[in-house]
Amino acid sequence: MTRIPARGSRLGTKTISFTFDGKTYEGIEGDTLASALIANGVHLMGRSFKYHRPRGAIAAGAEEPNALVNVFRDSARRQPNVRATVQEIYDGLKAESQNRFPSLAFDVGAVNNLMSPALVAGFYYKTFKWPAKAWDHVYEPFIRRAAGLGEAPTEEDPDHYANRYAHCDVVVIGGGPAGLMAAKCAADKGNSVIVCDENAAFGGWLLSDTDLRVDGMSGAEWAAAMVAELQANDNVRMLNRTTGFGYFQQNMVGLTERITDHVSRPAPDLPRERMWQVRAGRVIIAQGAIERHMVFPGNDLPGVMLAGAAQTFLNKFGVPVGERIGVYTACDTAYAAAFDLYEVGCEIPVIVDHRTEVDAQILKQAEDLGIEVIKGGHISEVTGRLRIGGIVVKSGADTEREWDVDALIMSAGWTPSLHLSSQSRAKPVWDETRGIFLPGESPQACICIGGCNGTDELADVFAQAAESVGGKAPKCKIEDDVSTSGGMSGATGDSLQKGKAFVDYQNDVTAKDIALAVREGMHSIEHVKRYTTNGMATDQGKLSNMHGLAIAADLLDKPIPQVGLTTFRAPYTPTTFGGFVGHTKGSLFDPRRKTPIHDWAAENGAEFEPVSLWDRAWYFPRRGETMHEAVDRECRTVRETAGIFDASTLGKIEVAGPDAAAFMNIMYTNGWDKLKPGRAKYGIMCREDGFIYDDGVVGKLAADRFHVTTTTGGAPRVLNHMEDYLQTEFPHMRVWLTSTTEQWATIAVQGPRAREIIKPLVKGVNLNSESLSHMSVSECEICGVPARLFRISFTGELGFEINVAADYGRSVWEAVWARAEPLGACVYGTEAMHVLRAEKGFIIVGQDTDGTVTPHDAGLSWAIAKSKPDFVGKRGLQRPDLVKAGRRQLVGLKTSDPKKVLQEGAQIVANPDQPIPMDMLGFVTSSYWSGTLKHSIAMALIEGGFDRMGEKLYVPMEDETIEVEVTGSVFYDPNGDKVND
Amino acid sequence: MLLIHCPYCEDDRPELEFANAGQAHVVRPSHMSEMSDEDFEGMFFIRDNPKGVNLERWRHIHGCGRFFNAVRHTVTDKFLKVYRAGEPRPTDAELAELLK
Amino acid sequence: MKKFNVFSLARETLRGHKGWGKQWDNPEPKKQYDVIIVGAGGHGLGTAYYLAKEHGITNIAVLEKGWLGGGNTGRNTTIIRSNYLYDESAGLYNHSLKLWETLSQELDYNVMFSQRGVMMLAHNVHDVQSAQRHVHANRLNGVDNQWLTPQQAKEFCPPLNISKDIRYPVMGAALQKKGGTARHDAVAWGYARKASAMGVDIIQNCEVTGINRSPDGKVTGVETTRGTIGAKQVGVVAAGHTSVLMEMAGVRMPLESYPLQALVSEPVKPCFPCVVMSNAVHAYISQSDKGELVIGAGTDSYVSYSQTGSLHILQHTLDAIIELYPIFSRMKMLRTWGGIVDVTPDRSPILSKTPVQGLYVNCGWGTGGFKATPGSANVFAHTIARDEPHKINAGFNLDRFKTGRLIDEAAAAAVAH
Repeated sequence: MTRIPARGSRLGTKTISFTFDGKTYEGIEGDTLASALIANGVHLMGRSFKYHRPRGAIAAGAEEPNALVNVFRDSARRQPNVRATVQEIYDGLKAESQNRFPSLAFDVGAVNNLMSPALVAGFYYKTFKWPAKAWDHVYEPFIRRAAGLGEAPTEEDPDHYANRYAHCDVVVIGGGPAGLMAAKCAADKGNSVIVCDENAAFGGWLLSDTDLRVDGMSGAEWAAAMVAELQANDNVRMLNRTTGFGYFQQNMVGLTERITDHVSRPAPDLPRERMWQVRAGRVIIAQGAIERHMVFPGNDLPGVMLAGAAQTFLNKFGVPVGERIGVYTACDTAYAAAFDLYEVGCEIPVIVDHRTEVDAQILKQAEDLGIEVIKGGHISEVTGRLRIGGIVVKSGADTEREWDVDALIMSAGWTPSLHLSSQSRAKPVWDETRGIFLPGESPQACICIGGCNGTDELADVFAQAAESVGGKAPKCKIEDDVSTSGGMSGATGDSLQKGKAFVDYQNDVTAKDIALAVREGMHSIEHVKRYTTNGMATDQGKLSNMHGLAIAADLLDKPIPQVGLTTFRAPYTPTTFGGFVGHTKGSLFDPRRKTPIHDWAAENGAEFEPVSLWDRAWYFPRRGETMHEAVDRECRTVRETAGIFDASTLGKIEVAGPDAAAFMNIMYTNGWDKLKPGRAKYGIMCREDGFIYDDGVVGKLAADRFHVTTTTGGAPRVLNHMEDYLQTEFPHMRVWLTSTTEQWATIAVQGPRAREIIKPLVKGVNLNSESLSHMSVSECEICGVPARLFRISFTGELGFEINVAADYGRSVWEAVWARAEPLGACVYGTEAMHVLRAEKGFIIVGQDTDGTVTPHDAGLSWAIAKSKPDFVGKRGLQRPDLVKAGRRQLVGLKTSDPKKVLQEGAQIVANPDQPIPMDMLGFVTSSYWSGTLKHSIAMALIEGGFDRMGEKLYVPMEDETIEVEVTGSVFYDPNGDKVND
Repeated sequence: MLLIHCPYCEDDRPELEFANAGQAHVVRPSHMSEMSDEDFEGMFFIRDNPKGVNLERWRHIHGCGRFFNAVRHTVTDKFLKVYRAGEPRPTDAELAELLK
Repeated sequence: MKKFNVFSLARETLRGHKGWGKQWDNPEPKKQYDVIIVGAGGHGLGTAYYLAKEHGITNIAVLEKGWLGGGNTGRNTTIIRSNYLYDESAGLYNHSLKLWETLSQELDYNVMFSQRGVMMLAHNVHDVQSAQRHVHANRLNGVDNQWLTPQQAKEFCPPLNISKDIRYPVMGAALQKKGGTARHDAVAWGYARKASAMGVDIIQNCEVTGINRSPDGKVTGVETTRGTIGAKQVGVVAAGHTSVLMEMAGVRMPLESYPLQALVSEPVKPCFPCVVMSNAVHAYISQSDKGELVIGAGTDSYVSYSQTGSLHILQHTLDAIIELYPIFSRMKMLRTWGGIVDVTPDRSPILSKTPVQGLYVNCGWGTGGFKATPGSANVFAHTIARDEPHKINAGFNLDRFKTGRLIDEAAAAAVAH
């Protein structure tokens, strides 16, 4: 294992063992997987997406496109596409390479590389078209198998994730020199500050630079001192391993904090990641800059990497990336990297500088070290198969020289990271002289500082950092700061014509692909991107976008800004789904509403059905009963004896105030003026368009007070609808609306013996029909608690609905049940309720109506007050299509074969023998077996249905045609004698 | 997530507490039955949908419950003004001033 | 125009792909055209293509504010299906589906139409009723759609969680086997290439700033950032910007434009074989040929032209995805983006003549316009060429908001997608 003991600002002392592709290696505490592998002489870490070319780490950080591996702890905790340059090693870490078979060194998929001359950008648009059917079955499965990188997990994720909201004066994204200084200056002013950095340690580039001195300290020492100072400040929250992944409206920044991925045995109570949503007074973006690679043939062989990455591997992790290292550059920083490597004993046979003009002082330095520099040269070829072995360099007219190397470091300059700035909707500004885009002015309160602002000198960075938070930077003495200026974008040499010069490594996009796209008329950079997939890999073009743009602009002979810059999209780096979800899963995915009687139902064997957010008792099967048998029994018992039913989910709204009746007149189609206190009425609510919106029974308790009920799912929107009209159209009305859904428990007692059941429990009202007739309401006492007792029926039987305060719900229910059970009554669920109401022809809004049905269509014209000057929906109901003949109207259906139960949703035609497409007259809205009537019953919406009574129609099913007869929709007790019993 | 100033609570609150309630200042005439079909269509269906300054309604549904109006720019999503229900629509001159 | 096939590809491979020509031209705008189409998305380019191919009108300009295919065509999750409830919708979307089936061959451009099946989940009794209503209506309309039990749904889509213990257990699903996905960019490019070859001028970076009319009200052309361009007929196919454009001709629209987001995961090997949608849980997912999980999010609640949406919308979307597919919790979001969707009151599109003579509008596709691209373009071309709607789009007129004859897929089935 190669290490330079004197280097390695991030290294600890502990030896750590891990495996890669099943083989055990040793690394040192603080290593990333990539640094540890390189220390073990392993450069080959992955295979590319399309051509399956062997690849090593190009970078040393989050921008890495090549070294993607699968990291796993156990069969459920498998993480594909992990960047080896980011993953910290821990004892027992298991990693394996991806997108190769059977092994990384010998991958049969590499046959694609031989085919590569044909597999250029967009080749799939031009072929695989014939025969037409073959795409789905032959070509596409082949392409799908070949594509993709790692493999998705196959088991449920056992880890958990957390979510937090935070507010602060200043959030700083990036904890390099700029970010640390900004955080310090902001904190010094007394601001609350959050500062985050994606790496394990704060300090950014300072940890990779051993020459720089700040106030006599090394960069790493200075950073450590700053971190200590900030950590001591209660107003500052330091978040390491935390990526600022997105910038949202009104200064909200999304951060994702990785908590356990670097830990060998994470405590089970720790979340794996925590997502922060930070709303800040000011956002300071100090994301730094990302080095660009050089575009030349063979620039993807393992051992070829960014100069800055080589410097990081050396100075942060003590790992020299090779023994004999070539340099290819268009930027001064690569010289610093080369000199560092030289210093630790690496051989630097040549520096190939793409520029013809190079800073004399740097050249002198190279000369002093005996390193040959070739100016105005380019690399035309590299040799090696799984690792670089040599380079061929061209310079001047035709000189061509070769060097053996085992690594090649390169730099085409530095691209300011505009990701978050751009997401804040700042438009990037092109700097022609420096050949880079700089952050434009943001419409939000954010400022870019340091490398991401194109600022070069550290002294300037500090000044800018202080200014960005309105503070003052301390005076620092800075020595040996290397300039990041210079650089180039685009292809070098003749790589537009020859060889494979990669622009986007992971997606295997070459300079020639960009040229092909331009040749084919892709003149917008967005077209180039989409046609070639340049910049669409998991690194999202951090290395490739500028090169792609420069090549396209050059070929189009247009200035770069005219070709355009692709949009920077969140997230900055790929972000775990689980982190977005946080706690919102399992039982916390969506609230589950339960009635006060829910637990009793569960204890008594109820099956439940979800209805909006509620769980409702669906039916109560006895031992051995099917659903059908249970529902049959429940219906029969209600009709013959009685049943009790939990109706607590019904929406309830208290409408009170001197103008309550006037308000009800507006909101409901019915008239409310004549309704006497103590009486109840079925009300229909429309929207302005005249279609049924909701319904329910309304009890008038006093001249100024209504107890309104709504459908179970409709309560919130009905209240909102009422509030809207009350607050904005009729604000002068003295009415107050209160949601009381959860305040009342509602117990329906229905059936011939209902009165007998509740009579002993009720005080304060006589239950006979003279004092409490059908459709009336009384305030009384039940089981000694205040109650609102309705005499109403949704079953067609004598019925009561008891409303008591929710807290008494269960005990009153049990008291009622204690009376009911000995009499042979039952408890019934929603399914029996549906059957019973359908036998009686009562509609359910949302089932028998669907938002296109008017009260007239539903046969409820009687519920529309004729004389009211206004109600919501009155004008809508007069529209031409709503009054014309042939509308679908709600009728009953009887099947000619009484045993046949229609399927809900089945369509109805007049002539079943017509060809497809058939002329459909309507459909079945509700359909049940009626045990009481001994035949099936159904309701249906049918064109002109009211005029079709007695007509035979047909329901064509897949395997049969069912004959039906149109009937009225009231099947049971059409005269309504029972309810008035 | 938008940050919205409720003119009743007089506080900035996150969007999660609010419900958008569509275009503001749509007038529901007092004599609806005299409305033509065109006018009804205009009231109920036609919307300004501007690219720029939008006058819209919000309800602080998980807060004070009040409906109010807002002036928001639909390209930047920035709120330029909020005001209580019933207050008059800002004049065009006022809107131009807000945009500056 | 050079043919695209395996032979031309082989020939070009031998000569380093030097012989491929431009797929479409970038001409300067002429002074006068027969027809101007505003908006070079799939629907607009397709309209130009069918005008040229089926109606012999080739003196056409397609004007595009940005780059062709850069709006919702290039931003959607590419779901294609036709199992809509109402006869009008079934007619339109099925017309489209039929055109999809031969589009790659017709355009000589592989649009990668992949009939891998679209499954729509039911999570409660109401969903089941609604889905079965669709299945029955579709069968009688000749649209394929079948009902699956939870177990059958799981067989069709193995990652699906059909456990009874989840918040909204899967109670069944409607499956359209002929549904699927396509490569969105290729649709725009394929239409552009063929239209351009037939003489249509596709003019990018050309924003329409006004619609010109004669004193008697007829359309005479448009004002643009590249000058005045004349035409007797103008078709507006501008999605989220339709209201803005129609206002230029004094026509106010029943539209609102909302942000809609989508996202993709990092690419992985094939793990999700079909398209699955859940209206109740709000999760739409498929896997692209590249290996990314493609996930559609919901709209924000307010009008916006920002092409960005809120983080909490993405969170809700992923909440739903993980509820139904818990194995994807460790997958990572690679990229998210937003589009502007124009939504009508009944969630059905408008393909219509307008009160202004010579002005036509194709809009209101909301969150689901991609699937309709070929059919919409085809009947809209007919509407312009004949100055009257095709029988397939007759119901999708502007008048319906006056008469109340809506095509309310939304009312009938929660949300249309």
